[in-house]
Amino acid sequence: MNQPHEALERLARLSYGRLVARLAARTGSVSAAADALSDALVRALETWPRRGVPDQPEAWLIATAKNCLVDAARHAQVAARGEAHLTLLQEERSDMAQAATPDRILNLMFVCAHPAIDAAMRTPLMLQLVLGLDARRMAGAFLIAPGTLSQRLTRARAKIEVARIRFALPDTADMADRLDPVLAAIYAAYTVGSDGQMAGDAKSSALAREAIWLASLLASRMPGEPEAQALLALMLYAEARRSARLDAEGRFVPLEVQDVAIWDEGLMRDADLAMRMAARNATLGRYQIEAAIQAAHADRRHRSPTDWRAIADLYRGLVALHPTTGAITGLAAALGEAEGAAAGLAALERVDPARAESYQPLWAVRAHLLRRAGDRPGALAAYGRAISLSPDPAVRAFLETRRQDLTL
Amino acid sequence: MQYMILNYTSPAEYTNADDVRAAADGAVWGAYTKALIDAGVLVGGNALHPSHTATTLRVRDRGRDIQDGPYAATKEHLGGYYIIEVPDLDTALVWAARNPAASSGAVEVRPVVMRSA
Repeated sequence: MNQPHEALERLARLSYGRLVARLAARTGSVSAAADALSDALVRALETWPRRGVPDQPEAWLIATAKNCLVDAARHAQVAARGEAHLTLLQEERSDMAQAATPDRILNLMFVCAHPAIDAAMRTPLMLQLVLGLDARRMAGAFLIAPGTLSQRLTRARAKIEVARIRFALPDTADMADRLDPVLAAIYAAYTVGSDGQMAGDAKSSALAREAIWLASLLASRMPGEPEAQALLALMLYAEARRSARLDAEGRFVPLEVQDVAIWDEGLMRDADLAMRMAARNATLGRYQIEAAIQAAHADRRHRSPTDWRAIADLYRGLVALHPTTGAITGLAAALGEAEGAAAGLAALERVDPARAESYQPLWAVRAHLLRRAGDRPGALAAYGRAISLSPDPAVRAFLETRRQDLTL
Repeated sequence: MQYMILNYTSPAEYTNADDVRAAADGAVWGAYTKALIDAGVLVGGNALHPSHTATTLRVRDRGRDIQDGPYAATKEHLGGYYIIEVPDLDTALVWAARNPAASSGAVEVRPVVMRSA
């Protein structure tokens, strides 16, 4: 176990400068080369102990760093176009010739999520300007007609330009307020992407990956921001479990019975690492609690069964901070496991009925709890509601099986 | 870059010209105006008579249609405005946040169309 670390340490100490120089010769940018190399070193730290030191460690590092550079360059190109588009009328035009660095991409993200921008347009704007998605493709995901979306995006870009929103990171004093919409936009992009992916849309999985890329960029540039670290952890935990949510026959497998061996251990470790980064400056934040809930589920890798009491406590904290329908539904599910169906059903009473109506997870949890409480007619009705609200065919089939079990 | 800061205040606060004048020179608004001057960002601005003195006019097919009162009947009314010269919206918003109307009513910030240089 020690050998890979030693090999890496020796490489990093003896060859770092030479490797950076080789990469920089290719890209023309020393800082981009150094960033890519440190990404490659992190990946080596994860994979070498498991798979052994490669035969040619230097070549491995260079190849991995090159892949990182390709990713970064592609995003930088799109972002530079987005930025150029916006700064046409601004004095910044003069230095637009230079490529968008990660810092400039970050600035662009903060501009897109500026409080002066229409809140509903922040995520689509970020996807358009930072990742190059076009309005037509995004429209479905945001439930807006394509024409309306591109019109509203045009208006948002015009506002940035005309009102002259500053291309810079906010002051420390404003950071707390400004970071929230950035995190929310990235998380929304991920949710939209992974929901679409579950419903079988291939383009959506690209969107989910792009969102993870943005989150990791944000986390790497803001190592001291616990919420940024936690958001990355949260998304990586979810991503690591993705392949386990369907079995070999394509049937839906609920989180608590998924085979942990199918979870992506590399992503899980990345997530654990981000969690540790977040813990260094822990605050009471929404994403830290949500990530801790995911971490508690991920802990089943090490000790089974799931600690539902701990998860219920975390959801209690989340509900106290952000009493959203999703958080209350999560609390109800956890209480149902930790304290019994009655406690779960009582928690669901707190949801605003108007909001509950079309929220699929709530009906699925309610059906499950009613079934366990022995209320057969209530459970049947709730399953029916959950099924009609599920866009994902695998989830629909899963719920239908549960409902049939009840009618037998 | 110039921005107009529109002060939306409660009509009940200033019911006549004397109130407005007293307030403009008073501790709260006076201090804000002085801060803008001291920072070298103030281009211009005025306090306005209360909105019950406003007249709204439209020219339509049949000629002028003149009505008593402000264009938009809102809870707060346009009590006055400043024009400031600052580098960007973020700086303008910092000044807007210090505007006394921001805590009692609302402040609108609008970029001014500049004559092309």
